[in-house]
Amino acid sequence: MSILLNKNTKLLVHGLTGSQGSFHAQQCIEYGSQVVAGLTPGKGGTSHLGVPVFNTARDAVKATGANASLIFVPPPYAADSILEAADAGIGVVICITEGIPVMDMVRVKKRLNALRAAGRGVTLVGPNCPGVITPGECKAGIMPGYIHKTGSVGVVSRSGTLTYEAVWQVTSQGLGQSSVVGIGGDPVQGMNFVDALKLFQADPQTEAVIMIGEIGGSAEEDAAAYIKKEMTKPVFCFVAGKTAPPGRRMGHAGAIVEGGAGTHASKVEALKNAGATVVDNLSEIGAAVAAKLKPAAKAKPARK
Amino acid sequence: MKLLEYEGKEIFERYGVPMLPRCGVVRIGDGADKLDIGGEGPWVVKAQVLAGGRGKAGGVKLAKTPAEARELARRMLGMKMVTHQTQGKALTVEEVLVEHATELDREIYLSVVLDRKAGCPAVIASAEGGMSIEELAHSHPEKIVRLQVDAESGLLDFQARQLAFDLRIPQKNFCEFTVLAQRLVKIFTEMDASLVEVNPLAISKDGRLLAIDSKIVTDDNALFRHKDLASGRDHESSEIEKEAKAIGINYIGLDGDIGCMVNGAGLAMATLDTVKMAGGDAANFLDVGGGATVDQITKAFQIILKDPKVKAVLVNIFGGIMKCDNIASGVVEASKKVHIKVPLIVRLEGTNVEQGKEILAKSGLKIEQADSLWEAARKAVAAAKR
Repeated sequence: MSILLNKNTKLLVHGLTGSQGSFHAQQCIEYGSQVVAGLTPGKGGTSHLGVPVFNTARDAVKATGANASLIFVPPPYAADSILEAADAGIGVVICITEGIPVMDMVRVKKRLNALRAAGRGVTLVGPNCPGVITPGECKAGIMPGYIHKTGSVGVVSRSGTLTYEAVWQVTSQGLGQSSVVGIGGDPVQGMNFVDALKLFQADPQTEAVIMIGEIGGSAEEDAAAYIKKEMTKPVFCFVAGKTAPPGRRMGHAGAIVEGGAGTHASKVEALKNAGATVVDNLSEIGAAVAAKLKPAAKAKPARK
Repeated sequence: MKLLEYEGKEIFERYGVPMLPRCGVVRIGDGADKLDIGGEGPWVVKAQVLAGGRGKAGGVKLAKTPAEARELARRMLGMKMVTHQTQGKALTVEEVLVEHATELDREIYLSVVLDRKAGCPAVIASAEGGMSIEELAHSHPEKIVRLQVDAESGLLDFQARQLAFDLRIPQKNFCEFTVLAQRLVKIFTEMDASLVEVNPLAISKDGRLLAIDSKIVTDDNALFRHKDLASGRDHESSEIEKEAKAIGINYIGLDGDIGCMVNGAGLAMATLDTVKMAGGDAANFLDVGGGATVDQITKAFQIILKDPKVKAVLVNIFGGIMKCDNIASGVVEASKKVHIKVPLIVRLEGTNVEQGKEILAKSGLKIEQADSLWEAARKAVAAAKR
């Protein structure tokens, strides 16, 4: 088992013929993911990387049975791509694009909520994220595949390279991952920490979860409330941005302490109170998980 | 992008938000005689800086005569200002706004913000304006009104009425207020703002409803559809930050002496935190991007070394799609081009890390290597102290 993606996932890549789409779709194919279709309006009927290209998501779904979308479309058009995928009946939409206007995501969110209310649930991951991977089965994103190993640790994170860092530490400990989800660094996004934690809690393969948060917003505080109430599996956290100056956006559009809200201290306190293990030193997160999941003698010390 | 008060007021004017008439803005180097101060006084002279608490810091002054207003403007230009919102740093007043003043009877707080959790705009208001809303939220949360708004339909009539009743807006100004509140929401959605704030929104002694101040923050991601804003000046970034932005590098200057080059925003933040934990302070936040090519690394070194405070440089790169041996060659090539004179500490992790380390070791450059972020941070802190 895993969450969101498995070996039966059929990917539709939006923007397949662009430079980013081409490069990363190729990497996904090499990893073993089933990329069944590409979407570039005007290039329907052609083929790229050995994959058929369609003009619309509806055509692609009809012809190939694609059930997950991976979006590399430039920011001005990416919100529309998300909605096109949802309209075509795709169940999991993963949007990598960085730089989508917040107001576009506000409109996307409203439409996805309306679809959900009508009984057609769509799970959006991102935007501005590295994507999702279920090691050994399906990679849908821009993460380096080789650092992952099949295993029992679920990973969810707002940051790309921090995810790789945590995944690598887990793999170096001789453990592996059930699924790894990058939810992205934007202020308005699809899936949040609570949504991902719920899936990991329900997934029999997952024995522990690593959650990498950062300053800004209240997603970590909401996650803490969920962990306290529902989560029976151990959760290990790191929150980036302890020393970030208030009022400045730290790279990610959502990583900002505004009006005294979204601080590192508030998130760490909430998570600790919820019973999660919070490491101050990022270099220790893999060892902390290993100490819990492996017999004490086998856990390697953190590389200090 | 954060807009100055007068820039926000220009937008307010386009949307018909009632304000006191403005006499003009003077910049450093302009003569104060450029101001068109006429009619009846008094006037108010306001420093145009991106920080609240200007009044207490001497950035808002009343003038009874046009001559006094000009004199105050002259003195305010170039003044260094420290307010409770500037984190101890002094801001230089580069522009001053002069406008008509009037006596105020009541001050109200009204803003439109992004409700991140709900994913929609929200109006935040309080019958008690003038002071900092953060303080009020802390001391009297019950005095704050919150209302979620649909971005496509805007503030509905009944919501605007409800807001007016909650804020005890007098009968005389009631309709004026509901229209104003709806227009602020329209500004928020149409201008792709992340904040539109009026503090205070005032009712004057002579019974007029007036936006006395303006604070607008716009979404940088949406600049492609706001060409007028895109051509405007960025008041918040330093010169180095602007230079970095122009070449596609995300850089924020900080107070410490350890220059940092990292790939990815999250890892860059975590690197600053780790440097602090190791007893040092970072000189900057720098995300070199996922690719980390020779060209990007060279540019990043150049940007970092523009800061004279930098006593050591810490490179922390996770080799993702690009493998460690390639990154190591890039670091070596870039360091040779840039002639780094301060100690250089490099931590690489990811695939082919052993080959990468060997390339660094054999380069003939004085590079200290580290196996973990924690070790790299401690080495960088020690190097900066030498």
